[in-house]
Amino acid sequence: MAITKEDIERLADLARLNLTPEEIERLTGDMETIINYSMSKLNELNTDDVLPMEHVLPIRNVFREDICEKSFDREEILKNAPEKAEGCFLVPKVVE
Amino acid sequence: MELTKFTVCQAADKIRKKEISVPELTNAYLDRINELNKKIGAYITVCGQEAEKQADRVQKKIDNYEELPIIAGIPAGVNDNICTSGVLTSCGSRMLSNFIPPYDATVIKKFSQNDAVLLGKLNMDEFAMGSSNETSWYGQVKNPWDLERVPGGSSGGAAAAVAAHMACYALGSDTGGSARQASSFCGVVGLKPTYGLVSRYGLVAFASSMDQIAPVTRDVADCAAVMNAIAGHDPLDSTSQDCRNEDYTSFLKNDVKGLKIGLPKEYFSGSIQKEVKEKVLDAAKLFESLGATIEEISLPLIEYALPVYYILSSAEAGSNLAQYDGIKYGYRAQQFDDLVELYKKTRSEGFGEEVKRRILLGTYVLSSGNYDAYYSKALKAKRMIFEEFQNAYQKVDIILGPTAPSSAFKIGEKTVNPIDMYFNDAYTVSANIAGLCAISLPCGFDSNGLPVGMQLIGKPYDEGTILKAAFTYEKNTGGNGGIDCGI
Amino acid sequence: MEYEVVIGLEIHAELATKSKIYCGCTTEFGGEPNTHCCPGCMGMPGALPVLNKAVVEYAIKAGLATNCEISHYSRQDRKHYFYPDLAKAYQISQCDFPICRNGFLEINVNGDKKKIGITRIHIEEDAGKLIHDESGRGTFVDYNRSGVPLIEIVTEPDMRSSAEVKAFFEKLKAILEYTAVSDCKMQEGSLRADINLSVRPKGQSEFGVRTEMKNLNSIRAIVRAVEGEARRQILELEYGGIIEQETRRWDDIKGESYSMRTKEEATDYRYMPDPDLAPVYVEQAWIDEIRATIPELPDDRKNRFINEFGIPEYDASLITASKPLADFFEAAAKESENVKAVSNWIMGDLMKKLNDTGLEPSDIPFAPGNLSKLISLIDENVISGKIAKQVFEHMWDTGEDPADIVEKKGLKVVTDTEAIRSVVIKVISANPKSVEDYKSGKTKAMGFLIGQIMRETKGKADPQAVNRLLKAELDEL
Repeated sequence: MAITKEDIERLADLARLNLTPEEIERLTGDMETIINYSMSKLNELNTDDVLPMEHVLPIRNVFREDICEKSFDREEILKNAPEKAEGCFLVPKVVE
Repeated sequence: MELTKFTVCQAADKIRKKEISVPELTNAYLDRINELNKKIGAYITVCGQEAEKQADRVQKKIDNYEELPIIAGIPAGVNDNICTSGVLTSCGSRMLSNFIPPYDATVIKKFSQNDAVLLGKLNMDEFAMGSSNETSWYGQVKNPWDLERVPGGSSGGAAAAVAAHMACYALGSDTGGSARQASSFCGVVGLKPTYGLVSRYGLVAFASSMDQIAPVTRDVADCAAVMNAIAGHDPLDSTSQDCRNEDYTSFLKNDVKGLKIGLPKEYFSGSIQKEVKEKVLDAAKLFESLGATIEEISLPLIEYALPVYYILSSAEAGSNLAQYDGIKYGYRAQQFDDLVELYKKTRSEGFGEEVKRRILLGTYVLSSGNYDAYYSKALKAKRMIFEEFQNAYQKVDIILGPTAPSSAFKIGEKTVNPIDMYFNDAYTVSANIAGLCAISLPCGFDSNGLPVGMQLIGKPYDEGTILKAAFTYEKNTGGNGGIDCGI
Repeated sequence: MEYEVVIGLEIHAELATKSKIYCGCTTEFGGEPNTHCCPGCMGMPGALPVLNKAVVEYAIKAGLATNCEISHYSRQDRKHYFYPDLAKAYQISQCDFPICRNGFLEINVNGDKKKIGITRIHIEEDAGKLIHDESGRGTFVDYNRSGVPLIEIVTEPDMRSSAEVKAFFEKLKAILEYTAVSDCKMQEGSLRADINLSVRPKGQSEFGVRTEMKNLNSIRAIVRAVEGEARRQILELEYGGIIEQETRRWDDIKGESYSMRTKEEATDYRYMPDPDLAPVYVEQAWIDEIRATIPELPDDRKNRFINEFGIPEYDASLITASKPLADFFEAAAKESENVKAVSNWIMGDLMKKLNDTGLEPSDIPFAPGNLSKLISLIDENVISGKIAKQVFEHMWDTGEDPADIVEKKGLKVVTDTEAIRSVVIKVISANPKSVEDYKSGKTKAMGFLIGQIMRETKGKADPQAVNRLLKAELDEL
């Protein structure tokens, strides 16, 4: 399974990461090694009749009741905001 | 220095007998942290003033002969990926190097209820990804047994702090073996509870289906005491189990008669340091001499545990780390032209390389076209591994093996090829994948005088049995032979 | 070339629960920015979701009311994308295992009945809001709406005209209101529609390329968008162009759609089952419990109105299209002896007023009993029909009892014969030309004279008496 530089660039874009050319070089190699190792191992297993297991615990129907609880104070919500204004988080202009 | 040598249970006893006071004990630890932290790097944040205040409060209760849990007044360190209200919670990352949560994790609320004393927040691999504490934004943690070696990871700070007596005990986290492997490298006890037994609310997520908060202690009795305080159902965590509340200290019995212990042959055939293998097999012999039966079992699917772990944990990590974007909290890049640049620069500057590697891997396995072949396949293999353990537990009560393939390696030794580093988790990941409980405890030293750890893996919710076996081992070997790292 | 328009809808309805889907913050609309938030809904590290049981119940209820199969097993999945209003950078939704499937609604367009298929209904969380900063600092993000529960209703591409789309949407809205699953306040954003539209030559079985228009929040905009986009696509094809598969923004003011900046990367949402949430298993007993709470639905209510109140199908259909309107009608009808008048007033003056003010039937500013009273005042000849319209306006503005309004404003019909006669005489002497015209056979002149008399009496004279007395006076001349 070949992982190419283009693959890494596309993944980086999807994950919103900037990579330097050295990083792309290195990570392409790493990813290829990891993927090839992992998949060559896993493909040894015959999983045709096996269902995926999402939860190891037999949990089901975990609910909360529809009751309102006090929200956090806005100050606490915004305390860690790197940029804020008028009670809101501030981001660069978003063009619709 | 002397006060810090007591275990939790010993200190608790002395406190009640009024031989030592909580403020004295706390200050002894704070002094020790002051003395050693530059060398060892175990703490990111020290909460000196708050710890002293807590100590005073608890001492008043002691003075009034109030009945308090064992851990009351005992100073502890907490992994920096556990949210502590008003105190920096950085996860060892630049991305959260300025993040002060406005809320406490459930285990921290339990700490308050149990009158614990919080010394500070412990260093760790960035976002819990790593096996050597070499990826932290806050620098390398050193193994107190040999400062040129890693303490293990990702909960390197927790294990080092406990080993160096910079905390009486610690709460680490364990997703692929983080707390157990580090405990093994540092000669202390680390327990990964059954998945769902300890609330994850407030534990910054890495791989949600496998993360657990793990007590790191000097001995097994301490571990049981801490479990009493932190285990239990939490309505804020949907994956938290509504299980019976145990008194874990009731399992601290010196008795393994009739216990069936399985030794998976696959654990002893791979690349494992000779002395590690020897010490673990010695432990098996000891158990046998005490009345347990040792049975060789085969778990052929164990070799698939690592690839399953890396695929699943990376996918979940990529998902859980997507929210770090410089908008709501945390690091934000300085220069950017537009929103997309803001995201990319913030995330590239805020995350270290290992984290980026895992995010990319996670993004890859979930990409359209890859989901079935990678992610879904890994989930199927997970079920097979789970069922293999289930079957094994029909024949044996607990499983014995090494915690890590070697003792602590030198700093920088394994950072060239990521797969080398990943192999550190080979023995520990199965328990995370299958949701089992597992404890690592010291079982000897190698020829370099470095601690070696063994691992007891139990059925879900059967912490009692592994605690009992571990306690029995300790009682019959004097723990580490009473040796501490001497730092 | 004749083209067929193919339309499917994706409708998002905010559920009328008290608290959000995964945390206890309130779902109340409005509020100062970021005051209805907690670590969970604004994506703080370490927070975890716990599913609000009422969300599942409301979704099942909506499914039952739209003839869906309720899934025995359903699962929540993470849908990943980066956008500032999405706090966790993933939306918890349902991908492979939605809570409801394979439903339908029957619509009636000008007598033609048709089934519109509902592919699925699933639960998901809403995102926050972006507010543009006038002063150019950037864009503001408010997470109050983040985590408000939604159901997404996806239809089959079964609609073929804006009329069908309108009929379907209105019917669905009525059902959501009737079951109280959503308050459907479109102006508050609690009900919005995405339109998927393509065209194809009549007779072709393959679908054409479709475009998507998102977040339309009024029925009028939906209809106009359907018509506008269909027209655009047909024109494009007729001139030899091609349709690009893209998302377009409908500008209702300009009456046009615009291509949104096409992102080069196709949106790969990388769906993943959410490891923080347990699957939902629905047993038959629970379904039965919920089914029992479903009230009389629009069609049944319509039929009952026809039978019980004797109003025509057309009227009943219009009135029952909105639950608050139907409630209003029923309450007024129960207190009135002239049900036909109640229906007429509602379908006439009341609906016009709602259209003009843009208000919803739930906001009618007076009690149903007031309408019944107004009608009896007319029927008892206390006021004329014309005056009644004045009283209606006043009732709308103040919510006061119509009898009180009539008293206060002295609007009672003047029936005093002598008083009217003196006005009649006055008007006759003031308008000799009109009298002459009438006498010479121009009957319209009488209407003019009546108008003058009504003006003199400020509309209060009893029209019948005016007619009688005027005729009598004129005949004597």
